Amino acid sequence: MKKILSISLLSLIAANSFAGGYRISLQGQRQLAMGHTGVGIIGQNAESLFFNPASGTFLKSKWSFSAGATALFSNVKFQNSIYNWSNSSENMGTPFYFYGNYQATDRFSVGLAVYTPFGSSVEWQQDWPGSHLVNSIDLQAIFIQPTVSYKITDNISIGAGLIYVNGGVTFNRNLSRSMIDDYGNRSDVTIDASGVSAWGYNVGVTARLDEYVTLGVNYRSQIDMKVEGGEAKFHDMPGFLNYADGKFDATMPLPAELTIGLSYQINEKWLAAFDYNYTFWKAYDNLVIEFDNPAIGTSVNPRNYKSSGTLRGGLQFAPSEKFSARVGGYYDISPVQDGYFAPETPRNDAIAGTAGFSYKITPKLDVDFSATALHFKQTKNSYDHYKEDGSYLSFGGDYRSSAYSLGLGLSYNF
Amino acid sequence: MKKYQSIFLAAFAFSFVACEPEFENPVTNESYSRGEADFTTYVALGNSLTAGYMDGTMYRSGQRYSFPNLLAKQFAVVGGGSFTQPSFNDDVNDVGGLLFMGQPAAATRLILNMSTSGPENLTGTPTIEISDLQAKAYNNMGVPGAKSFHLLASGYGNLANMATGTANPYFVRHATSPNTTVLSDAMSLNPTFFTNWIGANDVLAYALSGGTGENQEGNTDPSTYSSNDITDPQVFEAAYKTIINTLTSNGAKGVVATIPDITSIPHFTTVPYNPLTAEVLGGEAVVTQLNTSLLGPIKQILTAIGEGDRIQLYSTTSGNPLLITDKTLTDVSATLTAALIANNYPAETAAVLGQVFGRARHATRSDLFVLGTSGIIGTASALPSPLDKLGVTFPLEDKYVLIPSEQQQIKTATDKFNDIIWSVSGSKKLAIADMNAIMRYLTTGIRLSDGQWYTADYFKGTENMNKVLFSLDGVHPNPRGYAFVANEIVKVINEHYKSNLPLLVPGNYPGVTIKASN
Repeated sequence: MKKILSISLLSLIAANSFAGGYRISLQGQRQLAMGHTGVGIIGQNAESLFFNPASGTFLKSKWSFSAGATALFSNVKFQNSIYNWSNSSENMGTPFYFYGNYQATDRFSVGLAVYTPFGSSVEWQQDWPGSHLVNSIDLQAIFIQPTVSYKITDNISIGAGLIYVNGGVTFNRNLSRSMIDDYGNRSDVTIDASGVSAWGYNVGVTARLDEYVTLGVNYRSQIDMKVEGGEAKFHDMPGFLNYADGKFDATMPLPAELTIGLSYQINEKWLAAFDYNYTFWKAYDNLVIEFDNPAIGTSVNPRNYKSSGTLRGGLQFAPSEKFSARVGGYYDISPVQDGYFAPETPRNDAIAGTAGFSYKITPKLDVDFSATALHFKQTKNSYDHYKEDGSYLSFGGDYRSSAYSLGLGLSYNF
Repeated sequence: MKKYQSIFLAAFAFSFVACEPEFENPVTNESYSRGEADFTTYVALGNSLTAGYMDGTMYRSGQRYSFPNLLAKQFAVVGGGSFTQPSFNDDVNDVGGLLFMGQPAAATRLILNMSTSGPENLTGTPTIEISDLQAKAYNNMGVPGAKSFHLLASGYGNLANMATGTANPYFVRHATSPNTTVLSDAMSLNPTFFTNWIGANDVLAYALSGGTGENQEGNTDPSTYSSNDITDPQVFEAAYKTIINTLTSNGAKGVVATIPDITSIPHFTTVPYNPLTAEVLGGEAVVTQLNTSLLGPIKQILTAIGEGDRIQLYSTTSGNPLLITDKTLTDVSATLTAALIANNYPAETAAVLGQVFGRARHATRSDLFVLGTSGIIGTASALPSPLDKLGVTFPLEDKYVLIPSEQQQIKTATDKFNDIIWSVSGSKKLAIADMNAIMRYLTTGIRLSDGQWYTADYFKGTENMNKVLFSLDGVHPNPRGYAFVANEIVKVINEHYKSNLPLLVPGNYPGVTIKASN
């Protein structure tokens, strides 16, 4: 591998999911196909910059670019046999990414990327039995991260990036379990925020121990998305409770994540990788929404997430320069605790299988494919912290989710 | 190369097979069962509680929350047929009430007016015309106001009998012929399953009248009864047996319900016996004035004849009792008048005072007041000051209050009627929804599996707006309350007929109607 000093203009987008959807990591087709490992992988393509900012100096080409998009399909079913309730939600998102890295010198690189994490959305049938908790939620964010990477020795590199997040959310729920307007329509409220920006950072270390094993460590900081002056709109309100449309403030923490992992170059054709992510979900204890209308006041919605980990493994087979194939999987532990299972984030522990391949079309250009399938365990769970007239009420039943994705990307290196 | 490529393409395709989430035990209608019951044709027999009456009247949007209509939706899951109810399409403005030959005959429905924070009749004119005859038997044969024997009365639905007061306006609208009976119209549908909740009016009509009717125990001729009388138990038993025997004559199964105690119904437990605080009366000075110029002298005279307990002096620190007329007290008007004259009161004044206080006493915690009392306390009596304030200086009439002897008659009759319901229904092995017991528990609170606590309280405002079960008339449930009733009946059916029917969540149903203004 040529050691070149590189200045990469690389913005890294941390596409972790956060409150409001499944945690499906989709930051690059090659790494996704390997179970979304990557913190210890070097010399592949520009996608590595997401997994570890220190990897920039280990890329093989002076200029590395990678761009792609993924179609993500996520479905969830709900049922409760006591009351004969059956509902389902089918959602699709199309996250995409762009990475670019420049090796300024053989010790230094700079990069930039633009990326939208999967449009995490859950939409239930309006007025379904859980409508007092959520009817629909749609969260989107773009993370932009300029990164620098520096080799302190031939085999050890450090990297850092500044993360800028720009995002928005739209959330609708019914006002209570029974409130209707004068015509029998259920009363509901939509909160809408866009252009919310926040900052964070990402630091990492890559250490190549020998020609087989490379270790990586990456830490992404917590990012607090602060909504100020978002819009709250009320619909189908009864005449006596005519809340005027107004504004709200809210803060949602995107938790910090620590990843450690390694890659093992078994031989010239086979590469294995293992990652462990630990996400500090504990920061998400309540979703607090402050309405500017004093008659409504502050809505505190307990979530009480617990910090949790994800175990990943992947394998790559590259028999020639032209073709490489990958397979992988991961086991993702849900941060949701019993009794706090809110149907806006219907997730449970999951096992994912991933696969993919790349094909070199021209000496500089590769096409990357990936596919994933997530299998969630069925769970019987409930949200027990919704309060009405002084009593805590419980809403729950059986939930089962599944998700799969198909992705296409291009890698361009020269 | 191609070999590897095709392997991986195959792997892709494979990963998308069966990606729809599937439950281990999916919930479908087949998950439920009717057990030993047959819900093919469900007919509901009863009074206003069955018809879906609320807020003081029948009205179009309220009727769909009747408990039989809600039950029918659960029955439909396990093969139950369609469920029809008498039409209120002519309630075009959804205000309820009644018209007879174009003249208003019953008031519009009660709503809560936020700007006056009290229940009021909704502004509007009734359009429900009694003489618009539908002549049709419906699955819901609940007739508001019906007593037990009325269900067997020929001509109870005859328009011509409205003039003599022997017909029921609601039954008139849908009776299949002038001289049919409620029971025969019900049977014309060949019910396979029924609910029968009848008997409340046989005793509660008396209670709602404040005990102004007669206890007809011993009089077995109901044609001599007035509407506010308590039915004779033998009359009740004979009627109830006929109803049950007829309903089960073709093998139909069903649920009967018992009659609640009045102490479980907010209509009788909301107005306290002692709401007259110094503040309500108009200040400490007013209290002192009343004591020295009116209550004091009267009490003194009464004490002298051994009846001093009838009147209490008012306190400035606690709530004072309402002044009522108690017809069971000895009339001491003459004694009072004579004593007042002896104390140099002018003869006319003494006569008036004697008349007013002859059978008056202050209420105790053993007295119960009807809901409407709160609206008339302190309003003008026919007399000038100081005897011009109803319930304060002028005693409330009998119709506002249930004194202990009246309550005792109600309790005795309720218990007798319930004993009859238990034994007649038990002998036919019917399911019994003990609404008497359920509503008694409700007064101290019942917690459902969703975590919500329900009580028998009247609407208090936003603090209990999501959990109040009674409508604004204080007697009938609101939609959420009827869902509560339906849910309790579903539980009884599941237990007794070994069915597996889905339950309801009362909290998902609307409560009382609140309006910004009226």
